[in-house]
Amino acid sequence: MVRLPAPKREVLAQRERIITQLRNILADEGSVIADPIRLKPYETDGLSSCRQPPLVVVLPKTTDQVAAILRFCGTQGIRVVPRGAGTSLSGGALPLADAVVIGLMRMNEILEINFADRFAVVQPGVTNLAISKAVEGRGFFYAPDPSSQLACMIGGNVAMNSGGAHCLKYGVTVNNVLGVKMVTISGDIIELGGRHLDAAGYDWLGLVIGSEGQLGVVTEVTVRILCAPEGSRAMLAAFGSNEIAGACVDAIIGSGIIPAALEFMDRPAIHACEAYAHAGYPLDAEAMLIVEVEGSPSEQDVLLERITAICDRFDPISLKVSKSSEESAAIWKGRKGAFGAIGRISPDYLCMDGTIPTSALPFVLRRIGELSRQHGLRVANIFHAGDGNLHPLIMFDANDQNSAHKAELFGADILRLCVDVGGCLTGEHGVGVEKRDLMSVQFSAAELDLQRRIKSAFDPDWLLNSAKVFPMAEQVLGPCSA
Amino acid sequence: MIAPETEDGFVQTITAAAANRAPLALEGLGSKSGFLRPVQAAETLSTRNFVGTPLYAPTELVITSRAGTRLSDLEAKLADAGQHLAAEPPSYGFLTDPDDATPAQTVGGIVACNLSGPRRIASGATRDYVLGIRVITGTGTKIRSGGRVLKNVTGLDLCKLITGSYGTLGLITEVTLKVLPIPEATSTIVLHDLDAARGVAAMTTALTSPFSVTGATFLPLEAANYLGFHRTATLIRVEHYAEFVAYQIGKLRSLLNEYGASDVIDTTESRKVWTEIRNARPLVVRSHFAIWRVSIPPSRGAKFYMECQKAALHGYLDWGGGLAFLSGPGNQATHLAVMELASAADGVWWLLRAPDSLRELVTTIPREDHPLAAIRRRLVQEFDPAGILNPGKMYSV
Repeated sequence: MVRLPAPKREVLAQRERIITQLRNILADEGSVIADPIRLKPYETDGLSSCRQPPLVVVLPKTTDQVAAILRFCGTQGIRVVPRGAGTSLSGGALPLADAVVIGLMRMNEILEINFADRFAVVQPGVTNLAISKAVEGRGFFYAPDPSSQLACMIGGNVAMNSGGAHCLKYGVTVNNVLGVKMVTISGDIIELGGRHLDAAGYDWLGLVIGSEGQLGVVTEVTVRILCAPEGSRAMLAAFGSNEIAGACVDAIIGSGIIPAALEFMDRPAIHACEAYAHAGYPLDAEAMLIVEVEGSPSEQDVLLERITAICDRFDPISLKVSKSSEESAAIWKGRKGAFGAIGRISPDYLCMDGTIPTSALPFVLRRIGELSRQHGLRVANIFHAGDGNLHPLIMFDANDQNSAHKAELFGADILRLCVDVGGCLTGEHGVGVEKRDLMSVQFSAAELDLQRRIKSAFDPDWLLNSAKVFPMAEQVLGPCSA
Repeated sequence: MIAPETEDGFVQTITAAAANRAPLALEGLGSKSGFLRPVQAAETLSTRNFVGTPLYAPTELVITSRAGTRLSDLEAKLADAGQHLAAEPPSYGFLTDPDDATPAQTVGGIVACNLSGPRRIASGATRDYVLGIRVITGTGTKIRSGGRVLKNVTGLDLCKLITGSYGTLGLITEVTLKVLPIPEATSTIVLHDLDAARGVAAMTTALTSPFSVTGATFLPLEAANYLGFHRTATLIRVEHYAEFVAYQIGKLRSLLNEYGASDVIDTTESRKVWTEIRNARPLVVRSHFAIWRVSIPPSRGAKFYMECQKAALHGYLDWGGGLAFLSGPGNQATHLAVMELASAADGVWWLLRAPDSLRELVTTIPREDHPLAAIRRRLVQEFDPAGILNPGKMYSV
């Protein structure tokens, strides 16, 4: 169980008064939740091993309401935890006993769509997929596509700088947002970026996106929308070893082709996904690639031919080039069902999220295999091969204390390994509470100190999303000033 | 000028300057020292001798470069492996020295000013390619952020914050950049004689198509003359695999049918033309002129440009109408006109060149609203408590 800072006793003691004050700010029925039963759904997020009921939950509908809530909490020294759909895999939306959770799911309107200038202005509670749905009629889409895109909200995507399977070609959230409206802990509403490409002054947008709710609460997001390619098609290539598949990835990128997606699965992942989805994956392979290309049908043909020719140089066990969107969907079916597939063969799993230089993949997979034997837990590896983002799925049993503890240790070992080979702790899931105490593996004391000082410049009393991102020791240290 | 050859050399200089509260002007080769506000500093600290590329992994799409490496050297190294910097960082050196056709600039300078070329509309800005950074803050502390991997959300992203901060938060000593393959082929459609409104409309049609449009520029007559077109020119660039360019150009030309007859320039000629546009060469620059760069929503570009013409400004529109380059008299009245017109068009501006007297007097980038300005001052205080790194370069207070 993750350690949380001691609740402020004076805040707990004032709970009734705080609820009354919040009800004065949010007059709407049901927009302040204080009943213990109704607080239940807010106890946890996608990192379901951590649970903590909050002090109270508020569900504002407007930026002004968010500003009033933050002004109130800021002046009273009350901690605040912003929350979107609660799909964070790193515990980014985990409440604190003395914190007001600001749920942004009622701010779910698309405020403006401008095709000529290629942007949409949306509220934070709009789901990722809803943006693409709203613009697809005109042939547009919103590029970042985290696997939770049906449920996850753009506010959370901004907080975590979410990626997805197609970020090799289209980038992650920070590359696809033009501006945000953000409320500071003092209740000030500030606009960062705009509706144009380059912003002047410091890159506040770049700092805020991915800051995990440490700097403010975003209440409006201006996203870039892109014209969708004419079509896309996938192929599958299976190989006799991780090394060979890795070399093939290098050869594809080295040839000057940047596929729209380039996914890698190891043997355990192939077997789990095939048993679950019956996608026709080759069970005799040690490693498998899914490659997706985009363009007109003839462009797809040419690229798939070129990639096939490259794969052929690496003695593939099998090669399957899809001829239709149905066949492409079949190839993707197993990969997209990966989490469900692992869920079927193991009561629980931990999804890790380190990034490594792609050249280190064979070594890292070998080491993960050794660690798996050492910790006595199974692991399956899914890898965004183009961008180096590795997702080892560690299988364990949460009802078995020992197994759960070993899973955490195994996960930490993997992340240390990622940093050791020149990578990082998290590629797209964020630090949250999950990886906060490993931050010192990646950063020096001076680097962490500077990051703390930046937080302090926005949030002098450390009220915003406490207990996340920074190691527990620094949380206890709290605010710093020059 | 102090120009160390090691990172520790920079640390020593900055630490000593902090102790004496003696401001330093930070630069690479100084090609951008005329941008924004003048820096009052007795000493200049240059990265020009801190050069080299400690890491280049073409199949991992990353290169690490020390800040003083000449951009041209870096690009040559990448080109040998068929790769490039996709944000197409420009060289505006001729703005300060009109006679210098190919002024040298450093990798650090491009990152410190976050400069991107025409491909910005399709491929993102220089800031989108900075994967890792090493800086020395105003206390002489070495700080790293990011790394050498393409995807990284660990901790606060200082790469973005430092990129485009004009040396006011720290001295960049090393950057790791994402690189991409050079498109195999390119062609450019040229539409003739459109006015600004029709030119932007044509570019919008191209940019809202599913094709690989990576450049869209409207050149009014004066700017078009520089490239030998002799009437206004609307240029639309396609870059792609060799087999696809002709197909996409064909599709685009029929989409753009209503804008009249068009010409097509092929790969070699196209690359030449876009190098000129990338480096803002079509701008007419006279010795007493000031230069502005204005970022606006593209659909506001045409009207914005026509209003600027009324204020005796000339230039052209890049980024499909979303970026205006303007030149005109370097006086306060003209600057105020640019500021007002840009704000009215929901845009932001940079004063890239002007007489020192004007640069000292005016805001050279938009002022932030009060709450953000207060956060900015606190932030700068954390990076540079003694106020010694390019003080006043971006903001007077």
